Amino acid sequence: MLYLMAITAGVLFAAGIFMILRRSMVKVLVGILLLGYAANLLLFNAAPLMRGVPPLIDPIYGVPAEYADPVPQALILTAIVISFSVTAFAVVLIRRAYAVTGTGDLDNMHCTDIPCESEEILSDLEDEII
Amino acid sequence: MQRSIILPVATRFLMPLMLVFSIFLLLRGHNEVGGGFVGGLVAASALMLYAISTSPSALWRLLPLDPRFIAGIGLLISLFSGFIPLFYEKPFMTGIWIETPLPVLGKIGTPTLFDLGVYVLVIGVVVWILLEFAEDE
Amino acid sequence: MTALSITILAGFLIAILAPFLTRLMKHRAAFVLALYPLAVVIQLLALQRDTLTAPSIQFPWVPSMGLWMTFTLDGLGFLMAMLIAGIGTLVILYGGEYLRDDPHLERFFLWVIIFMASMLGVVTSGNALVLFVFWELTSISSFFLIGYKFEYESARAAAWQALLVTGAGGLAMLAGLVLLGQITGSFEINQWMQNPNLVQESALAPAAFILILLSAMTKSAQFPFHFWLPNAMEAPTPVSAYLHSATMVKAGVYLLARLFPVLGGLALWNQVVPWVGLLTLVGGAMLALGQTDLKKLLAYTTVSSLGGMVFLLGLGTPLAVKSAMLFLLAHALYKGTLFLVAGGVDHSAGSRDIRKLGKLAKLMPFTTLAAGLAALSMAGIPPLIGFISKEYVYESTYYYSNLPYILTGLAVLANVANVAVAGWVGIRPFWQQPEQKDEDLHPHKESVWLWIPPLVLAITGLFMGVFIQGAAQTWVAASTSAVLQEITKVKFSLWHGITPMLLLSIFTLIIGIVVYLTSRTLIPRLAACWKKLSSVGPNIFYSRSMRAFLSVAGWQTKILQSGYLRYYIITIIVTTVTLAVITLATRYGNLPNPQWTQPRFYDVIFIVIIIISALLVTRAESRLATITLLGAIGFSIAILFLLYSAPDLAMVQFAVETLTVILFVLVIYQLPKYTKTNYPIHANALNIIVSVAGGIMMAGLMLLTSAIPSNSTLAPYFMENSLPLAKGHNVVNVILVDFRGLDTLGEITVLMIAAIGVFALLGLKKGSKGGGNS
Repeated sequence: MLYLMAITAGVLFAAGIFMILRRSMVKVLVGILLLGYAANLLLFNAAPLMRGVPPLIDPIYGVPAEYADPVPQALILTAIVISFSVTAFAVVLIRRAYAVTGTGDLDNMHCTDIPCESEEILSDLEDEII
Repeated sequence: MQRSIILPVATRFLMPLMLVFSIFLLLRGHNEVGGGFVGGLVAASALMLYAISTSPSALWRLLPLDPRFIAGIGLLISLFSGFIPLFYEKPFMTGIWIETPLPVLGKIGTPTLFDLGVYVLVIGVVVWILLEFAEDE
Repeated sequence: MTALSITILAGFLIAILAPFLTRLMKHRAAFVLALYPLAVVIQLLALQRDTLTAPSIQFPWVPSMGLWMTFTLDGLGFLMAMLIAGIGTLVILYGGEYLRDDPHLERFFLWVIIFMASMLGVVTSGNALVLFVFWELTSISSFFLIGYKFEYESARAAAWQALLVTGAGGLAMLAGLVLLGQITGSFEINQWMQNPNLVQESALAPAAFILILLSAMTKSAQFPFHFWLPNAMEAPTPVSAYLHSATMVKAGVYLLARLFPVLGGLALWNQVVPWVGLLTLVGGAMLALGQTDLKKLLAYTTVSSLGGMVFLLGLGTPLAVKSAMLFLLAHALYKGTLFLVAGGVDHSAGSRDIRKLGKLAKLMPFTTLAAGLAALSMAGIPPLIGFISKEYVYESTYYYSNLPYILTGLAVLANVANVAVAGWVGIRPFWQQPEQKDEDLHPHKESVWLWIPPLVLAITGLFMGVFIQGAAQTWVAASTSAVLQEITKVKFSLWHGITPMLLLSIFTLIIGIVVYLTSRTLIPRLAACWKKLSSVGPNIFYSRSMRAFLSVAGWQTKILQSGYLRYYIITIIVTTVTLAVITLATRYGNLPNPQWTQPRFYDVIFIVIIIISALLVTRAESRLATITLLGAIGFSIAILFLLYSAPDLAMVQFAVETLTVILFVLVIYQLPKYTKTNYPIHANALNIIVSVAGGIMMAGLMLLTSAIPSNSTLAPYFMENSLPLAKGHNVVNVILVDFRGLDTLGEITVLMIAAIGVFALLGLKKGSKGGGNS
């Protein structure tokens, strides 16, 4: 199972990285989501995988002899909820960027925040310091 | 567009059930599977189901408070629960418990209150975000 | 001492209040603000010290790390503090008048008082780290004061230059002080002085010494770092008088004197310090002779004089130290006066070019008097304090064991230049006819507050010379004792009888007057000569290295900061993969075989769904298909969580997936459409290679983490204590709300912030919507 999980996480990572390298903003967001899944799986597998032994304390028998590690679970639980809000935020960001720039292509946005001719800024700075 | 009748009718029964279920999840969360996060998410899903089957503005009317306030109140409840131990001269966020279990609720203490805060906040945040989206259309 | 240190620290508060006061009272705020240094002067006089036992006070800073804010006042600190506070009082009064109509007067007061407090802090701190903090504060306030006329590019450049040079020195100093702290195990300067052998025997001592010497050289404008000081003359004249002549530039001299008991015993000290000083002494004096600007003339002679002080400290004999201290005092008095006079002349006549100035005596009688007295002191004419100081300088070199004649000869050479410059600055503009007629200059009368401060300083110089056995002798004796760490008797007198020193003085004076008279031919020739030389000077080196620095920065920015997201990501992934592979290959030759559970049939189903969906997502051509596939991945992962003992996770994942799908459904048609982009083949290949490499690395890391048995005590701890400590059976939830409740609090705050972010981006655009419930 572990090997299968490792392969799954590996594929998710690879797909996530591939998507994040795309030019479309939406695809970059999809890449981030895939990376989130992959990271959760990675964390989940940090402790030995066990079936049918959730980390619950039995009211009668107390601490079970075998139990799944609760620590990664607690970590992943909040990560999932946060990833939802991050997704929401990213979606809004993309939406606004699209509305403002009229493009969903990152390469076309390249020159929207700073002038592409950074030479000018540099030479100004040079005059200033010397 | 003609609206389907099935969804609104189903929602009328489903939503209260889901809300009750979410509270159930919240309350038993400390001892069984469940908790504030899940409870809040389930409750938010219930509310969103309602919004989708009727309209976002119907959800606005249904909610007793602006979701922004709900989220804020949730955060304040959680924060407040952390300050309670200070009155007992214990460090911030130490768990304080009422020794005798209450009927229905079971044992309660500051972590229960904290979980309640999480529950309320998650409802508020999720409904807030989704309503923003819904109304943006 | 407590009161004094609190007064000094209060300066920072006063500085912050100064702009408000200036807005209320305009330039008259000077009269109120001058009370601050005056209060320091009064307290200093009340505390006057002539013994070695210095009062000190400690405020806790980080006591657990052995850091204390120690303030102490010994003879050396007292002498410096008197100069700082005393001249500071006059400079504030003068500055209020000089910059009377300047719209930025409030900034002058703000920074001058911050400087004053920091400089007082430098000379009274007994802890090396506190000293460093104040030292840097003086550099910063100097930056703002030099750049006071920020509208001018030259002022900005000069401010930058001074900050970079002194700031670099400050860093060297920090390194040096930390080394000394490492050697001695303490940052209390007092502790260092008590066992200098500890330092002197350490192998690190030479490094510490060089670093500290570098910082002193930059601060006190020693060759080859002298160039920033003449350029700093861009500052308003009161600032030049105060920072760049009387006080801040003496901080380097102060530092050397302060650490003389610790580092003076090193062989390197005698081999290096005197030569640095001598080079600066002579070089500065020679450079001064080619100048025609009043302030530049004074600046270069200041460089020369600072060199003289460093030189004397470098010689290190009791006599030389004594002369250095007297020189420090005398120089501050006459050079401060001359700077203030230069400012007054500039203010009245509208020019600082000595060729255009002349016959100002009638218009500005009191300035003329102050200038005359200071010039005579600078030229070394009895009975002024400058005369005695010069006698002692000669005496120190003349009786030095090594090369006495050469040293004395060079000192005479520098002093000849000083005599000539004193005449050019202090005598010529007032009495002689201007060399060039400039019809644009219309000198007007001097203003009261522009002549009182220099005259007070000049008369102090006169009195200290005439009554040399009074205050001057006491102060110099106290500071010499502090430097040498033993009670030193000092007996000055105006008349020594006919000694070689007196003859040298007379000789200096005669040659100096000759040079003074030949200015018409000498200055242009020397100026041309220095101009040729400056093409190899450190100033050029500075601007070249700055330019090189900027072009390297620009080059690497262009390479590294392409502005394309994917290149950043590729860089990150490639670096991480490379490092991880190297580590894996070198550390874990053969992986231990991880224990693993046999997968069941339905595990495989969901894993296959995930893998296929993930691969399909990369090829998906519609947004809807993408969302469907993402949902499939998310739900499958939730089921895996459920199968492998994480029911809480599974529930949360189910709920979040549902909500995410709702979210996308709501917004999907407002997102940009997928467009068909044709990537070049090589780019696509690169992307695929990088992503596959990243995926393989992560899979490998995952196997590795599982293969190495974790000895985590966290899980057993939480399992054991969940019930007794937190009364909960669901350990995951207990961790969330109790054990790690603070983290959860942080996380729900993040949720809140994300919601606010969404609201800010979407909601505000529509204007405030009062809420549908109203």
